[in-house]
Amino acid sequence: MSNNILNSKTFNLITDNIDTDQIIPAQFLTTTTREGLAAGAFYNLRFDDEGKERLEHVFKNFDATETAILVGGNNFGCGSSREHAPWSLLDLGFKVVVSTQFADIFRNNSIKNGLLPIEVDKAALDYLSANPETQIDIDIANTSCDIQGYGKIEFPLDEFSKYCLSNNYDQLDYLISQKDKITAYEQQL
Amino acid sequence: MTTAKTLFDKVWEAHCVQPESDDFPAILYIDLHLLHEVTSPQAFAELERRNLSVHSVKNCLATIDHSTPTSAPNAAGERDYITAQAKNQVDTFLENCKKHNIECHAWDSDQRGIVHVMGPEIGATQPGKTIVCGDSHTSTHGAFGALAFGIGTTEVGHVLATQCLLQRKAKSMRINIEGDLQDSVTAKDVILHVISTIGVNGGTGYVLEYAGSAVRAMDMEARMTMCNMSIECGARAGMIAPDEITVEYLKGRPHSPQGEDWDVAISNWSQLPTDEAAVFDKEVHIDASKITPTITYGTHPGMAFAIDASIPTTNDESDISSLEYMQFSQGESILGKDIDLVFIGSCTNSRISDLRLAAKIMQDQQVQVRTLVVAGSELIKLQAEAEGLDKIFKAAGAEWREPGCSMCLGMNGDIGKPGDLVVSTSNRNFIGRQGKDVRTILASPIVAASCAITGKITDPRTQEKAA
Repeated sequence: MSNNILNSKTFNLITDNIDTDQIIPAQFLTTTTREGLAAGAFYNLRFDDEGKERLEHVFKNFDATETAILVGGNNFGCGSSREHAPWSLLDLGFKVVVSTQFADIFRNNSIKNGLLPIEVDKAALDYLSANPETQIDIDIANTSCDIQGYGKIEFPLDEFSKYCLSNNYDQLDYLISQKDKITAYEQQL
Repeated sequence: MTTAKTLFDKVWEAHCVQPESDDFPAILYIDLHLLHEVTSPQAFAELERRNLSVHSVKNCLATIDHSTPTSAPNAAGERDYITAQAKNQVDTFLENCKKHNIECHAWDSDQRGIVHVMGPEIGATQPGKTIVCGDSHTSTHGAFGALAFGIGTTEVGHVLATQCLLQRKAKSMRINIEGDLQDSVTAKDVILHVISTIGVNGGTGYVLEYAGSAVRAMDMEARMTMCNMSIECGARAGMIAPDEITVEYLKGRPHSPQGEDWDVAISNWSQLPTDEAAVFDKEVHIDASKITPTITYGTHPGMAFAIDASIPTTNDESDISSLEYMQFSQGESILGKDIDLVFIGSCTNSRISDLRLAAKIMQDQQVQVRTLVVAGSELIKLQAEAEGLDKIFKAAGAEWREPGCSMCLGMNGDIGKPGDLVVSTSNRNFIGRQGKDVRTILASPIVAASCAITGKITDPRTQEKAA
């Protein structure tokens, strides 16, 4: 049941159209594993042209144990299909991303890796924008979250994704359990 | 009574191993799984971890394109990879393909190319197919009336292991583009215009169908340019109904159906176009005759405008920070601004017709800035060389490089210097995509070649060719 409840504070990075190249630039994609990608996450925000860490940047005092909910602007995760984007956010310590709209492929990739995309309306985003480090208590089973000082809202999540996230159920295991149907389909081709 | 269906409905329904329900997504069968080195290693590793084999090797087709150098090999045949890790990624991929007996077009194949150039070129991309690849520009293949979309690496693993994907059906949007295109206006200008019209996220949640007389008049390469950039307005897939032009293109290609199978295929394909009475969730109408050469001025493809227009004024914070990055001001025209680099290539605009357009403009001219010309595949490179286009580019001072994704995403080391203003025929002008702090202007091959020979942002319609 522990998978159903997530409590943390928000970390704001509220710009529209944060694309997957910004989340993880292409030079970090030559890896053959999914580990260690935090090193490249938002690299250009954190490092200068010489590769030195900038004196000031938004992630300077970031502590995922305190703020594991990333709040982004509209159309978050647009662009490339690279799953390295959610992998790198998870590796940084984020467990949830909040936006008014997610790009389809990013949203799919996130759910498959246990990074929860929470879509909210503009009023809620504006509230979070004005109130950094807001506590949010998330109940996945009821697809609702309680935004401290704002109120309780529901977020969209299809039944199957909810089931998979709540129960750590693997989608490939489900597909493999349907192999008879797949074989039957292939035989009539 | 049968219900009228869209092209998308027809392809979707024919591939449902199990239709979707409230509780479960559909199980969608995949006819063609394209693979490349970047988004597959973790999927192959997952198969290994679970002791699974590839479910249907004949549905897989692989190539190397993203991490590959575009410089020529040395005398010993060695390639100059940007890092040892990039070389390792390619080597790992080739081992995975070999181990699982997957048809892979590597350095030794004249069919190697950018994955979305190769598939159509060898006839593997066909009407009515479901096609996926761990790459968002898989939408390119929709030009043939296929349902083609990008997937993540976990899903690459799903398709390798089961040949299926779990999917919710998207909504449908038809983009009707009627009328004749003006001179110097190409499919690239049309799609940039479409994206700026519906917005950078206007297609999110939809599969697009491009229709109308302007689309019907386009050749297959132009249609691929259109569908390629569907993802730039958020649509995972864009489709165009197959017709005589599609059939003519596919005839006789190595993976195309042969003999009796060809006749059966043509008959099946003719059933695919959207029924007249079919209803879309959304319809958009665009007047093709009003489209001018179109370029981007911001940091996403929706920030596009007519090349001779002024940058719109805005109060939007994201747009304002985007203009700051580009070092442009609201209300100004960017014609005549000095540029630093030109890139002609990518899965959007690296086909033979694109290279011919660029060569026509560069003939007997000199480029004023570094200009990279990168064919989309080995076959295109050979064709261009047979036509003497390489000589035109080289005589103009441009670099004629080996095929690959190159500077489109710059992961092989083909990038600009910080601050560079680049005119690029690729598909994304995102912050840092073509190098740290590099500023990208997306344009057609005609505009890019015109800019190369002046060294400035140039309207090809007003440019006078030097004697």
